[in-house]
Order: sequence, then C-alpha cells, then structure tokens
Amino acid sequence: MAEPPLERAKSPGVPELAGSVQIRHVDAGSCNGCEVEIASVFGPVYDAERYGARLVASPRHADALLVTGPVTRNMEMALRRTYEAVPEPRRVIALGDCARDCGVFAGAYGVAGAVGDVVPVDVEVPGCPPPPEAIIEALRGMTGR
Amino acid sequence: MVLQLLVVAAGAPLLVGLMRQIRARLEGRAGAGVRQPWRDLRKLVRKEAIAPHGTGWLFRAAPPLLAGTTLVVAAAVPLVTADSPLDGVADLFAVAALLALGSVALALGGLDTGTAFGGMGASREMTVLALVEPTILLAVFALSIRVGTTDLGAIVIATASSPLSLISPVSLLAAVALAVVTIAESGRIPVDNPSTHLELTMIHEAMILEYAGPDLALIEWASAMRLTVMLGLFAGLFAPFGIATAGAGPIALLVAVVAFAVKVALLGGVLAAGEVFMAKLRLFRIPELLAGSFLMALLAVAASFFLA
Amino acid sequence: MTLYAWALGLCLAAALVALLPTRAPAVLRPTGAPAAGGAVAERVRAATPTVGAITVVGGAVTAAAGALAAVAGVRAMLGHGWSAWLPDLLPLGGVRLALDPLGGLFTAVTGGVTVCAAIHGIGSGPARATRVVVPLFVAALLLVPAADGVGAFLFGWELMAMTSLLLVLAEHRERPSVRKAALWYAVMTHLGLVTILCGLCYLAAGAVGDGFDQLRVAELSPAARNVIFLTTLAGFAAKAGIVPLHVWLPRAYPAAPGHVSPLMSGAMVNMGVYGVVRVGLDLLRGGPVWWWWIVLALGALSALYGVLHAAMATDLKRLLGYSSTENMGLVLIGVGAAGFFAADGAGPLAALALTAALLHVVNHAAFKTLLFQAAGSVQRATGTRDLDALGGLRTRMPYTTALFAIGALCASALPPGNGFVSEWLLLQSLIHALPASGVAGAVTMPLAVGAIALTAGLAVATFVKAFGVGFLARPRGPGAERAAESPRTAIYGMALAAAACLFLALNPTLVLPALTEAVTEVIPAGRPVTGEVTLRLTTITGSISPILIALALAGAMVAVPALVGAVATRRVRRAARLWDCGAGPVSARMEYTATSFAEPLQRVFVDALQPESAIDVTAVKESAYLVRRVRFRARVPDRVERRLYEPVLAAAVRLGTGARRLADGSVHRYLSYGFYALTGVLIVLAVIS
Ligand code: SF4
Repeated sequence: MAEPPLERAKSPGVPELAGSVQIRHVDAGSCNGCEVEIASVFGPVYDAERYGARLVASPRHADALLVTGPVTRNMEMALRRTYEAVPEPRRVIALGDCARDCGVFAGAYGVAGAVGDVVPVDVEVPGCPPPPEAIIEALRGMTGR
Repeated sequence: MVLQLLVVAAGAPLLVGLMRQIRARLEGRAGAGVRQPWRDLRKLVRKEAIAPHGTGWLFRAAPPLLAGTTLVVAAAVPLVTADSPLDGVADLFAVAALLALGSVALALGGLDTGTAFGGMGASREMTVLALVEPTILLAVFALSIRVGTTDLGAIVIATASSPLSLISPVSLLAAVALAVVTIAESGRIPVDNPSTHLELTMIHEAMILEYAGPDLALIEWASAMRLTVMLGLFAGLFAPFGIATAGAGPIALLVAVVAFAVKVALLGGVLAAGEVFMAKLRLFRIPELLAGSFLMALLAVAASFFLA
Repeated sequence: MTLYAWALGLCLAAALVALLPTRAPAVLRPTGAPAAGGAVAERVRAATPTVGAITVVGGAVTAAAGALAAVAGVRAMLGHGWSAWLPDLLPLGGVRLALDPLGGLFTAVTGGVTVCAAIHGIGSGPARATRVVVPLFVAALLLVPAADGVGAFLFGWELMAMTSLLLVLAEHRERPSVRKAALWYAVMTHLGLVTILCGLCYLAAGAVGDGFDQLRVAELSPAARNVIFLTTLAGFAAKAGIVPLHVWLPRAYPAAPGHVSPLMSGAMVNMGVYGVVRVGLDLLRGGPVWWWWIVLALGALSALYGVLHAAMATDLKRLLGYSSTENMGLVLIGVGAAGFFAADGAGPLAALALTAALLHVVNHAAFKTLLFQAAGSVQRATGTRDLDALGGLRTRMPYTTALFAIGALCASALPPGNGFVSEWLLLQSLIHALPASGVAGAVTMPLAVGAIALTAGLAVATFVKAFGVGFLARPRGPGAERAAESPRTAIYGMALAAAACLFLALNPTLVLPALTEAVTEVIPAGRPVTGEVTLRLTTITGSISPILIALALAGAMVAVPALVGAVATRRVRRAARLWDCGAGPVSARMEYTATSFAEPLQRVFVDALQPESAIDVTAVKESAYLVRRVRFRARVPDRVERRLYEPVLAAAVRLGTGARRLADGSVHRYLSYGFYALTGVLIVLAVIS
C-alpha cells in the first residue's frame, strides 16, 4: 500500500497549475508497453494521485497530454487536434523512447514522426518502456508535490 | 443563512475530497488529500474558457445557472439553521424543482454542443430525472403528513422536538426511498460513476465533456454543493440534531456547524465506502432501482395514513 | 356588458372585412397597347384594397375584440357581472346571456389568447376562408362562457364546433393528411355535442325553463342527475381532449393553420373544463363522491397518458397536442379533487383545489399560446414540424428560440415558470387531504400525487427534448438550414404571450384574488390563498414566493459569474473546434435526435407504450447473405386508438358493407321497406295502446 509522500518534489512544478494536473492520455501508435506502465503508475503501488495527478476523459478537462508511441500517420491529425482542444496553459509529456524519437519504429512506413515533430513537447521520459518511477518523477515535476 | 451558505460553499469540495480519500484508502492507495478538489478548482479558474464552434448563449449560461440554483437551494434548506430568511419562500417542492432546474440547464448545455455525447448525457440525465422526481415528491408527502406542512424548517423543528417519531415505518421507508434518490440525483454509483473514462457509460460526465476552465470549475463546484446539500437535507430530515433554531446564539451556531459537518462527513463516508464495494448498474437496470424507491415512497405514504 | 357586446360586434366586423373583394394582382400588359376600358378597370382596381391591407385590418379588429373581451371578463371577475335576455333572437327560449366571475374568467382567457393569435396571424398571410372564419370562431368562444341558458349554450357550442372544423380543414389543399384529421375531429366533436345536448335537454326538461337560474333550482331524482352528469361529462371530456376521447387532438392541432392552433389549444379546450365545472359544480351543485372519483381518475389517466406520448412524439405540434391532454388532465385532477372535498364537507380544501385547477387553466392557456405560435413560426420557416429534421434554429431564429425557451420553462413546471405555481397549489391541496378524508382519500390521494409527480418529471424531459433537440445544436435537415426569423407580427404575438407567462409566473398573487371570486361562486368557502409577495395558504400552513425565488435566482446568476470573473486570470474565451475525439468533423447526423433522446424513456415505459419497430433487410440479387440496404422503422402508436377505436371503426365499416346489400337499387324493394316499416309501427302502437 502506498504511503503519503514523505518529502516534497525537487522541482517547484508548473506554478499556474499549483499542485493539480489533470492528464489526458493519447496513444499515438504505441505497442501498449507504455500503457501497462501508466496503468501501474495510477494503481495502488505507485499511486500518482497522491501527487495531485489524475487521468480525465476529455482533453477539455486536461492540463497535460501524456503521449505514448511514435506518431503514426493515422494519429497525426488526431494528436494535433487533441492538443488544440486542451485549454491554456497546457503541457505535453512524451512518454517512452518511441515518443521521443520513434525508437524501434524509426523509419517505418506508417510513422509520421516523433511526438515533438507534431506538437511542442515540454517533458520527455526516456525508456522502453519507461519505469513507473521515471513517470512518477516526470509527473511530480509538473505538480510540484 | 450567510453562515450556512459559506459553510456549504467552502465545505462542499472538502466533502468530495474526503470521499475520494476514503475511496483511495479502501483501495490501498494514499490518495491526494482532502484539499485536492480545492486545488483543482483553483487551477481551473486560472485556465482559459473555451467556446466550441456552434455553441451559443445557452452553453455559457448553463454553468452559472446550475451554480445559482444550487446556491438558492443551499440558502433555503435547513442545514445549519432552521431559521432561513428564505423560509416561507421556498418549501420542499420548490427545492426539488430548483434542483431539477439545475439539471435541465446542464442538459441543455450538453445538447447545445450538438455532439453525440452531449445529447446522450442529456437524454440519460432527463430519464433519471423523470423517474427521480415522483419519488422525491412522494417521500416529501409522507414526511409532511405528520407535521401538516411541506415547509422544511417546520418539518425539521417538529422532528427535532420529538425524535421518537423517527422510529416508525414511515420514516424508515421514506429514508430508504430518499437515499436511493439522493444517490441518483448526485450521480454516484450505482447509478452513475463520477470517475468513469468511458463515454458510453457516462451520464453526468457526458454532458460536460465540452466545458473547460472556469466553466468546468463552476460545474464541479456546483455538483459538490448539490451533493452536500442533499446529504445535509437527508441528515436534517432524519437526524435533525444540533440544527440551530431561530435566535440561537453564536455557540449554538458553532455546535450546529460542527454537527452538520460531522453528519455530512459520516454520510459521505458511508457512500464512498459503499462505492468501493459496488459496481455501477447497467443503464437500463437503473429504472428498476428507481421504481423500487418509488414504491417504497408510496408505501411510506400509505403507512403514514394507516398508522396515524 | 357594452364591452362584451362591442367585442362580439368587432368579431363580426372582422369577418365582414375579410369578405371584402380584394385587388387582383396587377396584370402585366405589353406597353403601348392599352386595352379598351383599361382606365376604368384600373380605377376599380386601385379602389379595392390589397390582400395585405385586409389581413392587417382584420387581424387588428380581431385583436381589439379580444382585448375588449379580456377586459369584460376581468371586470366580471371583479364583480361587475351582468345578464341579459334577448327573447327574439332564437326560437323557443330566446338567448340568455350573463357574465358571472366563472364565465368571466374563461372569457378573459379567451380574449387574451385571441389578442396574441390575431396579432400573430397578421404576418402569416392566412387564406381568405381562414380570415373569415377566425373571428367567427372567436365570437363562438366568447359566447359559450357567457351563455346563461341551455339554448344559448348549445348554440355557442355548435358554432364553436363548426367554425373550428372549418379552420382545421383550411389547408386541405396543401396537405392531404388534413382531411383525415378533420374527419376525426368532426366525428368526435359532434358526438360530444350530441351527448351534451342530451344531457342538458334532460336537465332542462326537469326545470321550469332553460335559463341556468331555473336549472339550479330544478328538482331531479338522483338517477336523473347521474345520467345528466355522466352524459355531459363525456361531451366535455371530448372537447378537453381527455383520454380516451383525446384522439382528435394530436391530429387536429398539426392540421390547423399556425395561428389557429393557439386558439384551439389555449381557448377551446378550456371550454371542456368550463362545462364540467359549470354543470357539475354549479348547475347540479356537486354530487356524490363517485362522480368526482371518475373525474379525478380520468384526469390522472390523461395526464400520464398525454405526457408519455408527448415525451415520445417527434412532431412538434403533436407533442404540444399531447401536452394539452396532459395539462387538461392535471386541471381535471384539481376539479375532481375539488368536487370530492366539497362532497366530503371539506370546503376550504375544495376551494384550494379548484383555485389550483383554474389557475392552471390560465397558465396553460398562456404558455400553450406561446408554444403553439412558436411551433407555427417554425413550421412556416422550415416547412417541417419533425423535430428529427430541425435543430440549429438558435442562430437562425433567435427571437423565436428565446421565446420558445420561456414557454418550455413554463410548461415543464419548473420555477420560475408559471406552471410551477399552479402545480404547487394543486399538490398542496392533495397533500393536505389525507387526514381529512377517510380510507377512500388515503388510497386516492397518494396515487393522484404520484401521477402528478410522474407527469411533472416526464414533462421536464419532454420540453428539454422539444427545446434542446428542436432549437439548439446544428440543423439536421434542409428546411432548418434555410430557416429565417418569423415576421415581426408573429414575434409580437409571441412576446405578448411570453409577457403574460412571466407576469403569471412572478405575480400570481395579483391574479389569485380575482380567481377566487370565480371559485367562491361555486364553492363558497372563503379565500384559500392570500399574500402579496408571498403566496400563503389560509387554512393550511404552506407558503411560497415565486417572485422572491426568481429574484434570488437572478441574484445568484449575477453574483456567480462576477465571483468567477474576479478570480479568473484569463479573461478571453477562446473559440475552438468541437471535441470530436480528434477524428472529426462532427456532422449533424451524429447529433442526438428527438427519437434517440426519448429512447431510454421508451424502454422504461415499454409496457405502457408498446412501440412498434420493423427492420427490412434487402439482399443483393446474387446472394442472400450480402446486404444491400437495411431499413429500420419505429413508431409509437396510440394504444387507445389502436385498441378502442380501430375495432369500432372496423365493425362500423363491416356493418356498412353488410347494409349495402339491403339497398340494391330496386325501387320495389325500397317501397316495400316503407310499407313494412309503417305496418310495423302501426302494430306496435296498437299493441301498446
Ligand atoms: S517506448 Fe517501448 S514500450 Fe513504449 S511504445 Fe515504444 S516500444 Fe512500446
């Protein structure tokens, strides 16, 4: 069972968000490895919610996009529109090696590019898939808790 | 009354935070803390509002209307004090109708977007509302017979002065019926799941998918207040202890505030704990649940006559 | 008296104005070739008025008549009643007219509705026949509540039936479906007339004359009173659109022209209620309890049945028609409860219930006039009444949309609408009945409250559907796409009705004193309601203040956005695409329609509604497994019509075809029929004497 956080986050977080980050997850073409890790991040063991992060259903309710996988051609427009739908201030987290630089899918015919080629990325989390600790660290960097 | 408004307005997000915290603890998580909903609200008002293409004045007016109806209800219902200046202005029927007006505003806001989800949420919300309304009115009927009026303050004062009258089949049946209705109106499991991400199962959430920033903050705040008011009303009708009467001193008021907070927190805790161990009902099983509560309310009325 | 006479006179004048010859459209002639006698023809043409001018004058005169009638009615309610006897106008009893508070109330309502409808009608360019008949219809509507004798009453009633039938038929050339609707209407309304005629004549036979005063003191056996009440109740219920006699209503309203349906639904159906109150409570001075149970049960049944079908309807006017059945049902619940309490000896409660019922009549007239006008405007602008094909009228018809919103709020009985006030009064009267009335009351009243409550909930869903699906979002059909705002007079007509709605909603305390006069006339039990700002019930504890609720709401509506604005840091609202899951664009076909909106409710009430659906799958020629087209049809038939009327109609048709064999064209046979009939009668007479 997760315990309440012992120490405060190292970074002050995004000041405008002030300890509350709602996240809309976008699977832009991932192999679903990253999704498994996200699921465990919000589960009882890592419990990202204690740091003020929460998954929401609509990008209108979100402050940050959590994008996984290389951006496939089918998802390119969808990702761009999702980004447009998020009200300011908004942040984008590119989760996993694929999201950062297409990873093992680099150069594949269906891939349009990395997440950074489609929407501006604020935070990158490396790893294939990234360990939950790394994801938590990135989220705490935003909430500042 | 101002005190009561302030208590509800400030306390409602804390109640939601408390309920989330209880759920988190029961699920083995640490939880975000009781103050998290207030942080969410603070952040939401700092974000920008969005006017989706094709929406108009109704879309904009719906959140303030929802919040407005809730505030009026919060002022009229005897939560902390039975001595409201709105006493005699609005009785239980008016309260039920005002709450319905809030739901209607939101449903129209959802319909105004013209998206499938907005319409879906509106349609389902109205279906639930249409079935909840009769139960509320009948339960009110049952409770008002003993006192002879539908005036809320009078009912509460009468019950507080003779608490033994609570131990009767009438109160019990009416309480069960009103409990089901409270759950349905505030969109909790098993009628609706407030934390679902799947649009197809949504009722309340589906209507507000398009709202962002301050609009959303208003809606969330109003929803929290509605939950608080309804739990408080429930507590006031069936456990009217500690509620201040006219001309009460500051100490009595303080006691009343504490009693109110404890009662509502207790009810919220029970509700949250129940949610952890229960799954949401299939949408088309919900009418059966509501029909059951309607029957219960009808029995309460019949009982109140034959036992009187 | 003079006001009322002037109102009737103006109605006739308006009808005459509409009869004037109108200027033919100018004929284009090749220039330089003036026809012989052209100058004279030209002068005649210039002297005759245009169609437009006649419409304006006729409409204005009718509106003035309505206004005068409204004033006359209000004066009668305030105690300036009158009566008159014109012995030479009709054979036998002559014409007795009188305006007492009760009749004054219905006259005032009719007058108000007439003003709105007449103003609305000016801009809609009605056909000539309609222009002539509408004022006559209004005159008939004014005649019925002012009648003070059986002869005048029946004359007015028949005139009302005939003129309204003509109006329903008015657009039969444009739409063939109108003819069937008119046939239903003609049969139902005249069957109703026959029963009323029988009942009232039976009543008059037991009295010394046909004046109402003489009828009030008539000595009748209980059995005769029962027969009179039941027969007249049937006729009045048919006029009020009460289940199971409502079948004409959802047909006739859509068939009638735009500004006529407000008159029919706002003024004419009220006459059914008037009849029940006048005959049951006034002329027969109440009756046994079971009479009023029947009235109450009919009311509850109609309220539920009407609102269920309104919730399912996709045709806007049909929806409003069923909603009339619903509201008349609520009124009858009030009337029934009033009679029940009065028979039980609970006078104050009876007065309260009747006050609630009459206030609901007024409220219903106000909001239904508004809603039907708006529906007429929508139909004119889009060419359709199908909610599934409407939508998006908010940007195209902003005024109509806003006005319809007010009407819908009032019709759904939510505060701060006027429907809420009367339903609140009705519920109060029923709730406090319990300790007073015995076991019968203990069973009836909860059921009645349950029926009203369920009706209220479903009415909310119905009007959210009508407004949200019909006017908001984006257009789903070509008609809605091309829609333009209605003519200015139509908007004025609607605005007037909306103002009346708001006035009634906020200041019922100003209307109620006059209303109580009408109530005390039949149930003398003091004033049931008092108060200036707050509505207080006198005999039971209960109070409400619509205006303060509205003010509190308005205050909160101002305060909340101000509060948010104070703490918000980003003030600019950004325009953005609709959230379409990133795949978009969202098309109008994805919207929820009226059918889909009502689907969950249809599932809930599947046993009561018994909807029908059919799926036709057309396969391609080569293989039965490859589908070329799938057609899905669903409809919610009127069960009463299906179960009750269709068998009767089928039997009548069978009888007719069977009887045709009797008439085979042979003269000998016809002569022998006459002979045998005569002999038969003679034999019977011989046996009897
Ligand atoms: S980073 Fe690794 S786990 Fe994540 S989507 Fe790419 S391949 Fe899958």
